[in-house]
Amino acid sequence: MLELDHLRLMLGAFTLEADARLEAGGITALMGASGSGKSTLLAAIAGFLAPEDGQVRVDGADITALPPGDRPLSILFQDQNLFPHLSVAKNVGLGLRSDLRLDAEQKKDRDAVLARVGLAGMGDRLPRDLSGGQQSRAALARALLRRRPWLLLDEPFSALGPALRQEMLTLLRETAQAEGLSVLMVTHDPADARAIADHTALIAGGVLHPPKPTAPLFADPPPELRAYLG
Amino acid sequence: MTAIGGRRDGPGARIGRAAAILVAVALVLPLVAVAWRAEGWGGLAGSDWAALRFTLWQAALSAALSVLLAIPVARALARRTFPGRGVVVLLLGAPFILPVIVAVLGLVAMFGRSGVVNTALGWIGVAPVSIYGWQGVILAHVFFNMPLATRLILQAWLGVPGERLRLAASLGFTARDTFRLLELPMLRAVVPGIFVVIFLICTTSFAVALALGGGPRSTTVELAIYQAFRFDFDLSRAALLGAMQMALGGAAAFLSLRLALPSGFGAGLDRAVPRWDSAGPALRMQDAVAILLACTFLLLPMILVLGDGIRHLIDLPVSVWTAAGRSLGIALSAALLTTALAMAMAVATIARGRNGWIEVVGTLSIAASPLVLGTGLYILLLPVVNPIAMALPVTAFVNVILALPFALRALIPAMRNLDRDYGRLSASLGLSGWSWLRLVALPRLRRPAGFAAGLTAALAAGDLGVIALFASPDQATLPLVLYQLMGAYRMEDARAAALLLVVLSLGLFWLFERGGRRA
Repeated sequence: MLELDHLRLMLGAFTLEADARLEAGGITALMGASGSGKSTLLAAIAGFLAPEDGQVRVDGADITALPPGDRPLSILFQDQNLFPHLSVAKNVGLGLRSDLRLDAEQKKDRDAVLARVGLAGMGDRLPRDLSGGQQSRAALARALLRRRPWLLLDEPFSALGPALRQEMLTLLRETAQAEGLSVLMVTHDPADARAIADHTALIAGGVLHPPKPTAPLFADPPPELRAYLG
Repeated sequence: MTAIGGRRDGPGARIGRAAAILVAVALVLPLVAVAWRAEGWGGLAGSDWAALRFTLWQAALSAALSVLLAIPVARALARRTFPGRGVVVLLLGAPFILPVIVAVLGLVAMFGRSGVVNTALGWIGVAPVSIYGWQGVILAHVFFNMPLATRLILQAWLGVPGERLRLAASLGFTARDTFRLLELPMLRAVVPGIFVVIFLICTTSFAVALALGGGPRSTTVELAIYQAFRFDFDLSRAALLGAMQMALGGAAAFLSLRLALPSGFGAGLDRAVPRWDSAGPALRMQDAVAILLACTFLLLPMILVLGDGIRHLIDLPVSVWTAAGRSLGIALSAALLTTALAMAMAVATIARGRNGWIEVVGTLSIAASPLVLGTGLYILLLPVVNPIAMALPVTAFVNVILALPFALRALIPAMRNLDRDYGRLSASLGLSGWSWLRLVALPRLRRPAGFAAGLTAALAAGDLGVIALFASPDQATLPLVLYQLMGAYRMEDARAAALLLVVLSLGLFWLFERGGRRA
């Protein structure tokens, strides 16, 4: 379980309050208008923004002061998920060892994961030689290899076309289920949430509204969601 | 706001802060030693004040001439496209890393007593003009700084928005209208800054004054320090003159903090703005003449020296080759140390907390005077070790300090970009320390690091400053040997040595810069 305990974030004049619990083992969508603070909240959970007040806990352990790389989570950004000068295999291998000194066993693991996301045999290529969808797959492969219980996604597929995006969401859903990953996914598109999210939380007016089961939420939207959906 | 930097405050940042403190100490300690050794202004002779006056007026005149001559050349390059334009722009960048003493030799070949110009003047019955004296000092300063001014002004010229020129064309502006309404305001904005920068460069002139000036009416403060030190061995007077140069440098530092100092290697000069107002044959001719004259002024001295040098290269005495070896050693160690220091300091600037002072330290060292640093180090070393024995390490060290601002200017912005683009990704993967350096920083920063190393190597290889202060004959570097050959009128050997020095300097720059581009 990911707990945001009376979390208060400040970024310049912008403030965001979050007090919620996110269930482990499913996909939670985080929705809100652009500028509502979705990415800011994700940055705080991932350790890039120190909260003014409050705690972030995972399974009861306070991680508020941990550096980003030591948190029990992986994160996929909107872009710049791969180092452009490192091969795909190296980019993915970073998920196992940040100094890339992999032994034979680890290399086998890495290649297995690459095959899993449909990138078998492409390890030697540079990111620029991959399509957008393949780049997303490589980043996802690395997150899988890190084996952290939580996966945060900051609209990572937003640059993809509709068909590819659908494909990536499906891949995400399947792998999350198979690996027992808990996913928190930022999106501004209600269709994404409806497609794969078990729960959906809304950020509006500087406040995080705790997650609710997606289907009933959209069937009978509360006022702030109705305002967002228009 | 308490945004955590992408990277943790790791050992890299600590090393960088230590490096910055080291540089600050290395800058300040010699100054303190100089100030401590100086004993009251009474020790200054009238000739010392004359040196200050000369330093100021020659710098002002050199800067004014450089800027004035640069304007027509920059305008021509801004509004014309022709095959070879890129080469001309590249040529304008070359004097920045050309060893001063080589350029001096070239100017002597062109303007000296038996040079091309005086020979031509002789044919039409005009008495020969001497290059030695204030006129030679200023000529050499213009040779070095007119190209710099041209590049900087060209950059500003290309910054005039194309939309505005299109509007001017639709209103039927003549070239004169465009100049009055668009270009003059642009020049008024950028020329004062460029003038000040060149003025500052010329106030620390040593090698040019050493080779071409030196009489009572053409001695700069830097040269006076050298003379007090080397000829009179009057440490106290050298220190006093050092204090005078420090005051000049202090004013320079103050100004340079206010001005955005140009880098000397402007980016994006590879295009010309389309123009509709200057297609007439008279204007085309005017621009062609400006570019041709500038190229002749820059190239002919070099062709005279280097072309002659090739023929005598194999006759060079072994001592010259040994000196070249020493210069290579100095260049490589200075390049390595400067790049490592600049890299560490750049890491520290992206770490958490207030690190703005690191950049200030780097900028301040641009106002450092090599001769004052040298004098200070001599005073500091004297109680501990024979300073003469340390001539080569001291030379390398002073060059590290002098090249650092340029290295930082290349590496800090690149490091900021790296942090902005990949800081979070690195942090989220727990990439830090040596792994981060090896896998992320070094590969991504190859270009600016290669540029910094190349620039430092070229400047250090060609440096004729502090080495003249310290060196005994058995430790001479290539520029010093070249200067001595010139003084002994062994012009054939001097030209061959000049060729060797150019190959060494520009070759090192090219190698490092290329190395950074590959991959």
